[in-house]
Amino acid sequence: MSFHLILFLAFGAVCVGGAVNLLAQRHPINSALSLIAVMAALAGEYLLLGAEFVAAVQVIVYAGAIMVLFVFVIMLLNAGEEEETKGSRVALLLGVPGVLTGSVLTAWVVLRHSGTEAVPIGALPGHPTDIAQLLFHDFLLPFEVTSVLILIAIMGAVVLASKPESTARKVD
Amino acid sequence: MVPLSYYLLLSGFLFACGVVGFLIKRNIITIFMSIELMLNGVNLSFVAFAAHWHALSGQVFVFFVMVVAAAEAAVGLAIIIAVYRTRETLNVDQLNLLKL
Amino acid sequence: MNPMLNLWLIPVLPLAGAAINGFLGRKSSRSAVTTIALFFSGAAFAMALWVAMRFSSLTLPYHEYLAHWIRSGNFSVDFAFYLDQLSLVMLLVVTGVGFLIHIYSVGYMWDDPSYYRFFSYLNLFMFFMLTLVLASNYLMMFIGWEGVGLASYLLIGFWFAKDSAASAGKKAFIVNRIGDFGFLIALFLLIKHFGSLNFDQVFQSVKPLGAETAGAGLLTAIGILLMIGACGKSAQIPLYIWLPDAMEGPTPVSALIHAATMVTAGVYMVARSHVIFERAPMALTVVAIIGTLTAFFAATIGIAQTDIKKVLAYSTVSQLGYMFMACGVGAFSAGIFHLMTHAFFKGLLFLAAGSVIHAVGGEQDMRKMGGLKSYIPWTFLTMGIATLAISGIPPLAGFWSKDEILWKAYQASWVYWLIGLITAFITSFYMFRLLYMTFFGDYRGAQVDAHGHGSHGHNEHGHGEPHESPMVMLVPLMILALLSLVGGLVGIGNHFEHFLAPVFGPGGVVVESGSGITEKLLMIVSVLVAASGWWLAHLLYCARPELPQKIADSLGGFYEAVVHKYYIDELYAALFVKPLIDGSTRILWQGVDRKIIDAAVNDAGDGARHVSDEVRHMQSGNIRSYAGWIAAGSAVVIAFMIWMGVR
Repeated sequence: MSFHLILFLAFGAVCVGGAVNLLAQRHPINSALSLIAVMAALAGEYLLLGAEFVAAVQVIVYAGAIMVLFVFVIMLLNAGEEEETKGSRVALLLGVPGVLTGSVLTAWVVLRHSGTEAVPIGALPGHPTDIAQLLFHDFLLPFEVTSVLILIAIMGAVVLASKPESTARKVD
Repeated sequence: MVPLSYYLLLSGFLFACGVVGFLIKRNIITIFMSIELMLNGVNLSFVAFAAHWHALSGQVFVFFVMVVAAAEAAVGLAIIIAVYRTRETLNVDQLNLLKL
Repeated sequence: MNPMLNLWLIPVLPLAGAAINGFLGRKSSRSAVTTIALFFSGAAFAMALWVAMRFSSLTLPYHEYLAHWIRSGNFSVDFAFYLDQLSLVMLLVVTGVGFLIHIYSVGYMWDDPSYYRFFSYLNLFMFFMLTLVLASNYLMMFIGWEGVGLASYLLIGFWFAKDSAASAGKKAFIVNRIGDFGFLIALFLLIKHFGSLNFDQVFQSVKPLGAETAGAGLLTAIGILLMIGACGKSAQIPLYIWLPDAMEGPTPVSALIHAATMVTAGVYMVARSHVIFERAPMALTVVAIIGTLTAFFAATIGIAQTDIKKVLAYSTVSQLGYMFMACGVGAFSAGIFHLMTHAFFKGLLFLAAGSVIHAVGGEQDMRKMGGLKSYIPWTFLTMGIATLAISGIPPLAGFWSKDEILWKAYQASWVYWLIGLITAFITSFYMFRLLYMTFFGDYRGAQVDAHGHGSHGHNEHGHGEPHESPMVMLVPLMILALLSLVGGLVGIGNHFEHFLAPVFGPGGVVVESGSGITEKLLMIVSVLVAASGWWLAHLLYCARPELPQKIADSLGGFYEAVVHKYYIDELYAALFVKPLIDGSTRILWQGVDRKIIDAAVNDAGDGARHVSDEVRHMQSGNIRSYAGWIAAGSAVVIAFMIWMGVR
């Protein structure tokens, strides 16, 4: 039982627990908090794989910004506990077995073909300099495009979330 | 030494949890969070493969995935706010104006 | 080599006339239409005369090639024309009588609102008939054959607003087509076995073959099938039923098409194919029997008819029977001789009948006529000459040709001769009956009213009594009367037969010694028979007019049957027409069309609707069900990809 494995299992357990808890909780704020836990654990997994930059970004952007946005919205809309409404039979009868089948199949394939090659701890060090090299040389175009995407998203979010009367006045 | 397959199994499990959450949850914000969970699972798989094949572009791609996820979360939550204003509900079963 | 005669002009000139009148005639004046029609048909006649004058300097037969048509492997058929003695005779008859009838029609149809259409159709008919006569292969002949059938339909149904006329046109065309079916199969057999439809090639290939004695060979089949075609076109048993109905058309049409030219196309075709028939004795016998039976049968019906045109129609059927009888005993030139004289006197009879009808203001029932000889003397004179001719009174034309036929028939079998003789008696009887009922005695008709009478378009006469026709109608009558008087003289001394000998061979039947006496004897017998028919008609319709009714009453049911044409039309309707219509309605319309075809199409539509009714529930608007479908689908895709990867 190497240390690597223990750490992996520890972080993994937090991920799994958080994911299951997200499903189990009825109030959305509890689900949000579980999700934050999942993301933190994932950051640890990234570190185990040597992706330091990615782990940092994960914590800062995902856990620190996106999840905060979610929490704000839950608070803004005063989302309460989930009601028990009659949902769709199809989703339950067809969708869940479908997902389970798909994942079982995928797992089977993975297990058959991956073998026992091990990934050493910190296998691929993701130094920021190396990542920057890739990001601004080979992936420059996607980088610029995503910046445009963010700009659009900002504008979209502002327009969509603004109060209806104010948009109407602006149109006049 | 952790075999690659362990990472992939974990990633798959997270993804599956995300899909199941999408299917069984009724609150639209929770559904959104399940989507984020799916994306996270995929990110883990990217990074694992990058380590396995020593290709740093896997990690760069994770970066992009996160950017897109952020944009999508922002816009999606804005839409949810707009829908809440008109329909006064967050229950996805009642947001069915597109039915035939 | 022969000089170029430009034979193709002869049919094409009337075609040009038909086209000009057809497209431009509606807006043109009467005189313009008349000029065009008479010019083009007259030009055709003039050309025919010109060709006749150059005839002796030609090497016969004369071929004229116009254009390619079909070249398919070894089989080739072209637009080409052919001239020999037989086609010259037909050419002169068709163009000559045709031109005369065009002139007559100017007067007869003057008041008709569709004046231009009539002449367009008439010229069109001339085009097709001349194509038929001048053709150098069976396929060109078939074009003309079908075309005259079309022209006949158009002209019979000329007053198409009248139901009976439209039906009569339809009946003529359909019955013709039944005959054409036989003709077509004969053509196919010719193509298959001789590889060609050109007269020269076919006859060259047939000549070396011996006579088929067993009776069931190829040539017999072709012969019988050709005869079926001739039965349709020339109104023989069993396909004669259209000719009496065809009297719905204007009288010039009846004269031209249903007396002088179109109905003789069958005789011409049989005569042209004599090479085939002479080698198929069974087929010849069939021709002779059909001709003889038809002659007798139609004559008996003619006795009891009261419509002046119907009598003449049945008379035409009967005389055509004579022509086929002649061909059937191998006397083809006698048949053609009778064809020529018949064109003269039957054309004259119809035109004169038209004059009579015009005189009495549209009445066609002879019981309402009578005593007209003082009102319309010229018509009476010409019609009398024609009646003498058709009854076979010498020295008029009909005597020579009919006697020729009877003599040749006697040489083949006395049965044919006897039936032909009895038919001659009946012919003479009903023709003189017609003459006496129409022109003698007291006028039994109503006063001619001042208003129009529907059937033949004369709308403006206001007189109270029958009046003579204008000169434009009388002159053709006189010319035809002259021809009926002297036209038969070419038969004296067998001149006509010798003229046609290059086509038919020297003479089919061996002449026995001592036959000179027999021939003279038979001649005297037929004259006596014709005279007795005249005497009987005089007795019953002039001297003792109360007798016919008594005879009719005593014959009772049999007389009724004859008056109703032996109920043949009703028989055909019950045997063929009604089952066809019923079958078509019940099986084809309600069964196949409604239940199978419509149902298939409707069910396809219904099926699509049912399927979409079920499937549309997928679009519920519920996001979770959409997600469920997506998840299930992706599972399927993953499974498929794994399966593909594993294989």
